[in-house]
This record gives sequence, C-alpha cells and structure tokens, in this order.
Amino acid sequence: MNAIVAEQKSPLQFFHDGRVQRKLVIFCFMILPMALLIVFTYVPFIKMIQFSFYDRTYLDSGKFVGLKNYLEVFTRSECFGSLAVSLYYMGGAVVQLGLALFFASLMVFKVKGAGVYKACMFFPYLICGIAVGFIFKFFYSRGYVLDTILMMFGMDLEDIPYWLQNQSINNISLVATSVWRYTGQNMVLFLGAMMSVDNDLYEAADLDGAGKWQKFRYIILPSIKTIIVLNLILSISGSLSAFEPPYVITNGTMGTGTYFVIMNRLAHENQKVGLACAMAIVLLAIIVLCTVAQKLFFKYVFTDGADDPEAAAEAKRQRKAAKAARKQKKEVAPV
Amino acid sequence: MSKLKHMKLGDILFSIFQYVMLIGASIIALVPVVVCVFTAFKTNDEYAATSVLDFPEHWTYLENFVVAFTKANMGRCFLNTGIVLVVVLTLSILFSSMLAYILNRFRFPGHGLIDNLFTFASLIPGIATQVTVYQIMYSLGLINHLYGYIIVLCGTDIISIYIFLQFFENLPTSLDESAILDGCTYFGIFFKILFPLLKPAIVTSCILKGVSVYNEYYMSNLYLQNANLKTISTALYTFTGPYGNQYNYICAGVLITIIPILIVFLLCQKQIYGGLAAGAVKG
Repeated sequence: MNAIVAEQKSPLQFFHDGRVQRKLVIFCFMILPMALLIVFTYVPFIKMIQFSFYDRTYLDSGKFVGLKNYLEVFTRSECFGSLAVSLYYMGGAVVQLGLALFFASLMVFKVKGAGVYKACMFFPYLICGIAVGFIFKFFYSRGYVLDTILMMFGMDLEDIPYWLQNQSINNISLVATSVWRYTGQNMVLFLGAMMSVDNDLYEAADLDGAGKWQKFRYIILPSIKTIIVLNLILSISGSLSAFEPPYVITNGTMGTGTYFVIMNRLAHENQKVGLACAMAIVLLAIIVLCTVAQKLFFKYVFTDGADDPEAAAEAKRQRKAAKAARKQKKEVAPV
Repeated sequence: MSKLKHMKLGDILFSIFQYVMLIGASIIALVPVVVCVFTAFKTNDEYAATSVLDFPEHWTYLENFVVAFTKANMGRCFLNTGIVLVVVLTLSILFSSMLAYILNRFRFPGHGLIDNLFTFASLIPGIATQVTVYQIMYSLGLINHLYGYIIVLCGTDIISIYIFLQFFENLPTSLDESAILDGCTYFGIFFKILFPLLKPAIVTSCILKGVSVYNEYYMSNLYLQNANLKTISTALYTFTGPYGNQYNYICAGVLITIIPILIVFLLCQKQIYGGLAAGAVKG
C-alpha cells in the first residue's frame, strides 16, 4: 500500500518527503566543507606521512628510506638543538600565564579605567606578525628604543648587550616579544572566566568578612583552574610550534631557530622534504599526546565544581534556595 | 573624602598597587608601538639626529606614509586583501554555519566520524602541512591566483565551526519543529529561520576570521608570489631589504597596516573579547 502511494508522488511531493529531503540537505550542506577538509587537510596529511619515509625533494620523488628520517629528527644537531630553543618558549609561556593571571586578578577587583588597561594590553594580540617583527627589530636595534630607555635609567651603552645578536640572550628577547603579544589575550580569557563566577559567592564572602586574598584563593582561583591547566598543557605544543618571532625578526639565525623554523628551512630552502615531513609528524605526535593528557587530566583530576555541569547546577540551586530562605526570613522578621 | 575614611589602610594600599601595576603594564604594552608613531612622523634628518624617544617636530609631516604607501604598492595590496576578506568571510561563514547545522540537528551514519575528522584536523599544525599542500595547490593550478589563496583559506576554518556549533546548541529545536509543521523545508528552516538568528555568532566569527585573514602572511607569501597579487602583510614584508635601517619609512608602513585593525578593534571591542572566550572553550 505504502509503495503505491510513494510511486504516485509528483517530484515536488517527493522533495517534500521528509526522509528524502533530509538526505538531500545533509548532502548539499556537507559536500563543499568536506571536500575542502579532505583536499586541504587530509590528503596533505596522508601525503606527509608517506613522504616522511622517503628521501626526496619537491619534484623528485626520491627513494624509500624507512625510518631514517625519524632517526635523523632525533640525532641531527639542528633539529635537536631547536628542541632546546623551544624550552625558552615554554618558559615564556609560563611567565605569560603568570602575568595574565596576575593582571586579570587585579582587574577583578574594582578599578577605574579597567576597560582602558584591558584594551592597551590586549591590542598587541591583533597586530600582524610581520608588523610585530618590524616593531621589535626597531625596538631591539643597537642604540634604538630599548637601549635609549635603559640609558635614560643610567645604563652605559657598553654594558648593554646586543639583544638580537648575543646568543646567550637573543632567545629571551624573542620570547619576550611573544609574551608582549599574547599576555593581554590570555588575560582577557582569564578575566572572562573570573567574571562568570556567580555573584552570590562574592556577596556571601563579603558577609563572612573575607579579605581580598581569601576571595582570590577560594573563589577566583577555583573558577579558573580549568582554563589555567588547559593553557599550561597547550603551551607545551604551542612552544614547539613557535614560529613567528624568530622567522620574522632573526630568520632563525644565530641559534634562534625553533622547531618550526628549522622545519620550514629544511623543506623550502634545503629541499629535504622527507625530513621536514618526519619532523611534522613527530610534532603532531607530541600534540596528540598533550591533548590526550589534557583529556585524561580533566577526566580524573577535576571531577568537582565547574567542570561537572550537574554538580554546579545543583550547587547553584542550593544557593538560590538558601538566598530565598534568607529573603523570606527578612520579610517575616519585622512582623 | 567620607568614602576614604571608611576604607581600611590595607584597601588603600591595594588600590594604589592596582593602579601602579595596571598603568605600568599598559605603558609597557604601548611603548613599542608609540615609539613607531613618533618615528613615522620624522624627516630623514630628524630621524638621524634625534633620539627615538623624542617627539617629532611636525605631526603633519606625512611624506613617510606617502613613500611607504606608493613604494610597497599598498593601494593594490589593500584592494587584494579586501577582495580576499569579503569572499573568504562570506564563504567560510556560509560553509561553517551549514556544517554546524547538519552536525547539530541531524544524526546519521558517519556523523561521529565527521565530527572526529574535524576535531583531529584542528590538532594538525597548519604550517606543518604546507609542504604537501603546496604540491596539491601546484597540481591544481591554484598558485599565483587570488582565488587559489581564497580557497586554501576557506579550507582551514575550524574555529568558526566550533563557534556555530555552540550557538546551535542554544537554539531550541522547537523552532525547527514548528516550521516543519508549517510545511517549511529543511533548506527553508536554515536560510529563513535559523540563519537570521545566528547573527551574534556570525559577527563573532567574522571578526576572528577577519583578523586572522588580514594578518595572514605565511600562505600569502607561499601562494601569491606575483607582485600584483600581494596582500597587505606580505607587502609590509618587502620593506625588509631596500629600507634597511630607515625605520621612519618602515614605521610608517607598519602603522598603515595597523590602522584598519585599530579601527575595527575600537568599534567592536566587546564582540572581540566575547568571541575569544567562545573560541577558547572548544578545548
């Protein structure tokens, strides 16, 4: 019976049939994004895995060398040295998170002009990497901005190191540019998380006579520990992928080549495409490990409070009920 | 005054500490840029003779900007960047909102797989795959064409998808259901009913994507090597060679590229901060 009805449908009715239309909409809406994802992410990714087993250049397909490229990633001084450079960026990331946390906490407590400070600190994040590069080339150049400022405070030009040439300090100079650029952004994230704390908590803390430190320790810190841990884990893979400051400012010379810069140089200048691909795969493996660690961490360590929506909702309900009860008491009391 | 009396000494000290720290940090954040502003208004002689921290003599000296703008062919580059921005934003908003609609509203075989494909793609570092993306671009004949660059930028848009997915979660399905009862098609539901409601998410992802496209230079450098196709960030990069240490020109160039971003920032501060938070939750 049903089959007969279906056969009698006109094309328009056919289109209005829910199931057909459903398939049609799924297909139409997904085809282009999926095609782009496959062509520009997954095909390159699979090719990358394949290339990592070959000794090849861009055009010449080369020969199969097995795991030789991977061994080289860990033995070639260039690649291995860049991992040490990444440690600077990891340190920078920790400093940056600390500063962001510090300034965000200062801003949670009432202060005039908070919007202006926030804007000033955040704006560097929006400046393009090349522009940041020029700004800091100028900033660090011998006798220019930073040197002039230090001399204003009474330092001798002879005592001031060459910020970008001196190998014992140039990585720190570069990391500082990235701290300059991203601290404000982290701060805005932290501030957002801190502001989302239920206002009742602050009121209750005031009633209990809590000081600022106690508010920080028991209300603000728990509200953002998730986002702090998240950012700490991300900073590990982030520091390995650090690219812009050395690429734009020193071009990775004088011992400032990070993992990515070296990989970029091997691929595009030395045409060691196989080795560069192996480096990319190793990096990806580290990133995946970090992500898994992060998931496990959140699953087993943070089981209370903000991460569990049900528990949080329950706590909120209880607080609301308590507040309502207090209110009732107040209303009843005068009578 | 009376308010001050009620404050405890500790509170006053804390207040002072707050202001000193925040104002200090704001100044440090601005100094590198402000020095560029000073320098951009200096003549060659003035630049050679004065300290970098001195104010320029005339705030109306615009020669450096003119030189920077014409030498780097910035008019053309702004046009290119504008075209890329408009097309990429339109396409990527459309694609990612459609995809988010499907992933949020329908359950079908392969749903989980597609979800995972996008999640995993967000882990693959973009610059790492460019080695092989270059080969694909080359074999598709997309190198040195604005449309090639536009297509590759549309293909790497995961943050927008997350923003739209989150937004759809908060749009009640009763909207869809009542529309279906009224005889609306799924296409109609998306374009007539849901899409207009997505406005806040569209603004957010436009700003985030817009800023990243405007500032993008690695792929632009790789795929647009023809001088007439350069975008604004790669145009700035051409200052490296010829001007060497003539930072008064370079600073002018830097400021020209920063000004549009500054205007957008001042106009849409709230959306930018909000968008960041939305983009960050995906982890």
